[in-house]
Amino acid sequence: MKKFLALTMAAVMSVSLLAGCGGNKDSGKLKIGGAGPLTGGAAIYGNAAKNGATIAAEEINAANPNGLQIELRYEDDTHDPEKSVNAYNTLKGWGMQVFLGSVTSAPGVATSVEANADHMFYLTPSASSTDVLGGVVNPLTGTVDVERKDTIFQMCFVDPNQGSASAQYIFDQKLGDKIAVIYKNDDVYSTGVFNSFDAKAKELGLNVVSVTTFTEDTQTDFSVQINDAKAAGADLLFLPMYYQPASLILAQSAAAGFAPKYFGIDGMDGILTLEGFDTSLAEGVMLLTPFNADSEDAATKSFVEKYQAAYGDAPNQFAADAYDCVYAIYQAATKTGVTADMSASDICDKLVAEFTSMTFNGLTGEGMTWAADGTVTKSPKGMVIKDGAYVGMD
Amino acid sequence: MKTLKNMSKTSKTNFATYGMVIVVFAVLQLLGSDLIQRGGVLSPTLKGQLVPICAYVVMALSLNLTVGVLGELSLGHAGFMSVGAFSGTVAATALQNVIPSPGARLLAAVVIGAVFATVAGILIGIPVLRLGGDYLAIVTLAFGQIIKSLIENLYVGMDVNGLHFDFLENKIALAQGGKMIVNGPMGIPSIQKLSSFTAGFLLIMAALFVIFNLTNSRSGRAIMALRDNRIAAESVGINVTKYKLMAFVTSAALAGAAGTLFALGQNTLVASKFDFNTSILVLVFVVLGGLGRMWGSIIAAAALTILPEALRQFADYRMLTYAIMLILVMLCTNNPTLKSFFSSLAAKVKGSAKKGKAKGGEGK
Repeated sequence: MKKFLALTMAAVMSVSLLAGCGGNKDSGKLKIGGAGPLTGGAAIYGNAAKNGATIAAEEINAANPNGLQIELRYEDDTHDPEKSVNAYNTLKGWGMQVFLGSVTSAPGVATSVEANADHMFYLTPSASSTDVLGGVVNPLTGTVDVERKDTIFQMCFVDPNQGSASAQYIFDQKLGDKIAVIYKNDDVYSTGVFNSFDAKAKELGLNVVSVTTFTEDTQTDFSVQINDAKAAGADLLFLPMYYQPASLILAQSAAAGFAPKYFGIDGMDGILTLEGFDTSLAEGVMLLTPFNADSEDAATKSFVEKYQAAYGDAPNQFAADAYDCVYAIYQAATKTGVTADMSASDICDKLVAEFTSMTFNGLTGEGMTWAADGTVTKSPKGMVIKDGAYVGMD
Repeated sequence: MKTLKNMSKTSKTNFATYGMVIVVFAVLQLLGSDLIQRGGVLSPTLKGQLVPICAYVVMALSLNLTVGVLGELSLGHAGFMSVGAFSGTVAATALQNVIPSPGARLLAAVVIGAVFATVAGILIGIPVLRLGGDYLAIVTLAFGQIIKSLIENLYVGMDVNGLHFDFLENKIALAQGGKMIVNGPMGIPSIQKLSSFTAGFLLIMAALFVIFNLTNSRSGRAIMALRDNRIAAESVGINVTKYKLMAFVTSAALAGAAGTLFALGQNTLVASKFDFNTSILVLVFVVLGGLGRMWGSIIAAAALTILPEALRQFADYRMLTYAIMLILVMLCTNNPTLKSFFSSLAAKVKGSAKKGKAKGGEGK
């Protein structure tokens, strides 16, 4: 038994030695690492971000053969904070100089602590929880639960901005008199958005008639939540969540004969490309998102074409955010004269200084700027789904 | 020399287990120190995994006490780990100003984590241990889910006035400068790392000490008698509930201590980490290492925690490779041909060693 294990381990290690021979040489390229769920239930987000970042890195390397080259590596974290720290450490062992962050929020909270301790620049495409950045006031209790981590920046909207922006939008456009909310209470993203929505809704005097929750384990059957909203006579259903559970809610409320207006946030983006989803169910769904794959904009068109050619489906907001992340890092790095032989800590100093002062134009927004607290300023676009496509709302 | 020869086989195995843990610890400490190379020769991944490995080893040892020694299947062991993790972390944060020394605070937190898990173990054990076999497995499975749901709805905040608790809804109003420690379903957003590899090593040694002394005592023999034949044991007057509870609660306390060690080595913690999958993972360690065989649990827990990380080169096929390797290892360790091959090999080695000794002229 013991011997067999020893033999197995020896075999594994010799394989890893062989595999290690390929890429470990100093390549003279800027090493950018990323971690995200490439397997498991959240794999759809991690793979989208990985694909988006890969396209950006390939474009940059092809466009400037003599300039700064980028080497990109993604590691799997299976959406688990413990594994994400392992993934981060693996990348550190590889010689990573800039970290593209974790794709999802809970692992992002864990890796941001490590990156901040190592003084590694960290720009996450989509980990939108305020706990990733730290130093942000919890809207429910008015306390700062996590201290600000100085090297951490976000490419996506921070959760509270989305929640309050949604409440404001619903109020301004008078979208509903009786509002029902369903959110996922074991998810940092969903809960963060709901908390700020709730605070803003109370401030504006929106009439929220039903608030129900679900968790990872119960996200297949929504009959209780839908019936609660239906019984309360809701005419607008706010769904601050990712698109997979949202697609089930749409299908199940259609089956239950409940047809309110639906309002989603950026996590809802991607619902039209979900396999096996009847897009007619999403007809009339409104959402706030920074990215629109059907946009006529030349940069977006080129990105969507490349993405479809390489990976077969339309890119969602995660892919676009990761694509922007790589370009933003590249813009800051070339401007401050970062070279591939610098240490991660030196690069971090330069990038932090540049990020808080530069303006960046990307697929997910024009004229983006970053504050010293790590949040990005860009305006969400209101979209509505018409005939199976996103159309600008105003 | 004579005492070593007169020792029973169990005592020899026990001392060999202690020795193995000490040697591995010493080697890893040496490799991780600045002695050979600045910063050590261990990869950052392995360095970061040392504390979780220690925690999983203690988990495996503790579950082995329930499954291997007591002979009852528990599928909710991660629940006790969860209780220990959350109570220990809250204690460590709350004691921040009372006990400034990180080592002493870790010790206090581990003890508190173990105490809370003990209470949970007693509460669950009294009604549940009257069941046996499959029924116990299902009830412990439910228990794991209950603990997860309870902690997902627990809110704990701290300010100058002390700790504040709330359940289901967060209505805690904190004074200026206060902060939330446990934030319901979002778990603990930030944890001050207190656990170290040395602390993990000491906890493994303590767990081994407790388990070996329990199994070698009168109570331990009663527990094993229950496992082997409950009716026979009852007929000679062994109190079934008492001895079952003793093993189960000890196991729960160790799991709680492991949970605290694990939590205080993480940056953030959510209750869903300790779900059914974690319970099964620990059960896999125990089954792979061999029921009732403590050294087997230690090796299996360490190897199966490192393996998924060591397989990162396989990229997309990593988890597939991991699963295939797990199946192969399980098949091979249970293969009679391989088993007899290894035992004959071991006999040969032993035989030649004896011959060598005899030639050396060592008499009695």
